[in-house]
Amino acid sequence: MTNLRAQTGPYFGDFGGRYVPESLIAALDELTEAYELAKIDPTFGEELAHLHATYTGRPSIITEVPRFAQHAGGARIILKREDLNHTGSHKINNVLGQALLARRIGKTRLIAETGAGQHGVATATAAALFGMECIVYMGEVDTQRQALNVARMRLLGAEVVPVTTGSRTLKDAINEALRDWVANVDNTHYLLGTVAGPHPFPQMVRDFHKIIGEEAREQVLALTGGLPDAVIACVGGGSNAIGIFHAFLDDAGVDLIGCEAAGRGIDTLEHAATLTRGRPGVLHGARSYMLQDADGQTMESHSISAGLDYPGVGPEHSWLKDLGRASYRPITDADAMSALRLLSQTEGIIPAIETAHGLAGALEVGRERGPNATLLINLSGRGDKDMQTAGEYFGILDGAS
Amino acid sequence: MSSQVNAVFEERREHGLLIGYLPLGFPTVDASVDAAVALVENGVDILEMGLPYSDPVMDGLVIQRATNTALEAGFRLSQTFDAVAAIRARVDAPVLVMTYFNPILQYGVDAFARDLAASGGAGLITPDLIPDEAKEWLGAAEAHDLDHVFLAAPSSSETRLSSATTNSRGFVYAVSTMGITGARNDVDSAARGVVSRLRDSGARNIGVGLGISTPEQVTEVLEYGDAAIVGSALVSALADGGAQAAGALASQLSAGKH
Repeated sequence: MTNLRAQTGPYFGDFGGRYVPESLIAALDELTEAYELAKIDPTFGEELAHLHATYTGRPSIITEVPRFAQHAGGARIILKREDLNHTGSHKINNVLGQALLARRIGKTRLIAETGAGQHGVATATAAALFGMECIVYMGEVDTQRQALNVARMRLLGAEVVPVTTGSRTLKDAINEALRDWVANVDNTHYLLGTVAGPHPFPQMVRDFHKIIGEEAREQVLALTGGLPDAVIACVGGGSNAIGIFHAFLDDAGVDLIGCEAAGRGIDTLEHAATLTRGRPGVLHGARSYMLQDADGQTMESHSISAGLDYPGVGPEHSWLKDLGRASYRPITDADAMSALRLLSQTEGIIPAIETAHGLAGALEVGRERGPNATLLINLSGRGDKDMQTAGEYFGILDGAS
Repeated sequence: MSSQVNAVFEERREHGLLIGYLPLGFPTVDASVDAAVALVENGVDILEMGLPYSDPVMDGLVIQRATNTALEAGFRLSQTFDAVAAIRARVDAPVLVMTYFNPILQYGVDAFARDLAASGGAGLITPDLIPDEAKEWLGAAEAHDLDHVFLAAPSSSETRLSSATTNSRGFVYAVSTMGITGARNDVDSAARGVVSRLRDSGARNIGVGLGISTPEQVTEVLEYGDAAIVGSALVSALADGGAQAAGALASQLSAGKH
């Protein structure tokens, strides 16, 4: 009997670790110790549960979507509605956990990276709630395609710093946040937004998100009387996917399927399909699969979705891939956008473009498995932030040429 | 089995050493070799040649811009060895390569060590590789008789300083301040503390780096450290005035030795 759920950092098989400058090790040690203490401290668990009940809006509901499912070979499709959380995505689960920890260890300044802006918004929200200073690093390219989220962060009192180095996207925002952290580690907590980075982040961020799968597992059991045949989620860094996968890791009959951004296609250079096309290396503090050239230089990724536009992935996903416990499939920009429109028009739910990659994957899996299959999908975020991109993509903005 | 770097420290400790950093491939590979030679001809005792990398989290803007230029100009990892050999053919100073870990991992850790040793390189400085994760590199370094320089920070615990000391060969790189590379007006007083704590842990050769850009700062740092490491200021000089300007700055900095 395997017990994959019990796996902790710093290593997930050959992956993980702490590949960071020595200057950061003391802070990572402090964070690890504080987290291990918090985990066994009932007060911490109660504080977080209270926030989730009274602020986040947990438990999030599940929604069955039969009209959408007609396009997926008639499979039964159930959505876990993380889009209904406060701030509009799953990101708040991790942010509240880490902000509570940061307060415990006396940090007064939160820094974060953000791609789509969802994690930045969630961090700015927690900083406002806890009365902390907040700086969000965001690639300049992303500040343009997610302008609405930039405004939200500023309204919440955060400073948004556009990052103009490198490819000006999420990976460069992480570099800049790490540079800030090295210089300000005394009073600053780096509130990393995904299950990547040096230990303890991959384990800790996973633990804060595993509530998604724990709730959903009970909810699906109550609704259908059984476990789903497959659990499906989009994967950039991989936080929402690991969050919904984790409760099912030791359920051998449940397939776990991650949907990566294939951008303009995995046979082009414009994709972010790290697990499909990458190979193991070290990026942002951990060993994991990554997109890189022969010399180990990180390659620029592409996705229509800012939140999946990342050339790395969390180490636990690399481990699950190599174990064969999870599989990962590439979803193009075009397929994701079709799925986004389909869910909007069949069910009245507008998903984030990131999330739409998982929905497109579900359409494929449903057609492969047929009408007897039950699929659980993490509806990780809502699409409000994506209206500019989607409006331009579909040519539905008034005054658009 | 002997360390080129250690030999230079033993010979010149009394006056203090100047270690100069430049990125390989900036502005071109040949020009970076010329500039490195110019540093040694103007008083730099040990060279630290940086390998351009796409995600240099320890580096400030000056070095980021230079290494980015090198990558855009098409720098390839395999050019490292000819460049190191070219420097060694012209000047006698030890050449350490400073590199983030992933390029080495992708080249093959042992293969890189073998080829670096064959080109006359002295070893590696690894800013994002801590001793805890360095087992493979330490094995390769031992097999090919190369120096391995780890970093020590003001935030490092006594246990970690001791680990940096025990696991380093050549010297221990004391990070003067909690931050990234780049010239600063004052050398952080934290530098003195980390050097003193490294001495207590048994370190014999200690280089102090980050934020050092003037002869006065070199003099100040050499009061407690064995070597002063200068990077961004030399890279700026090279960017603005070529090898001649980098050499001229090296000459001024060298006057700061005792």
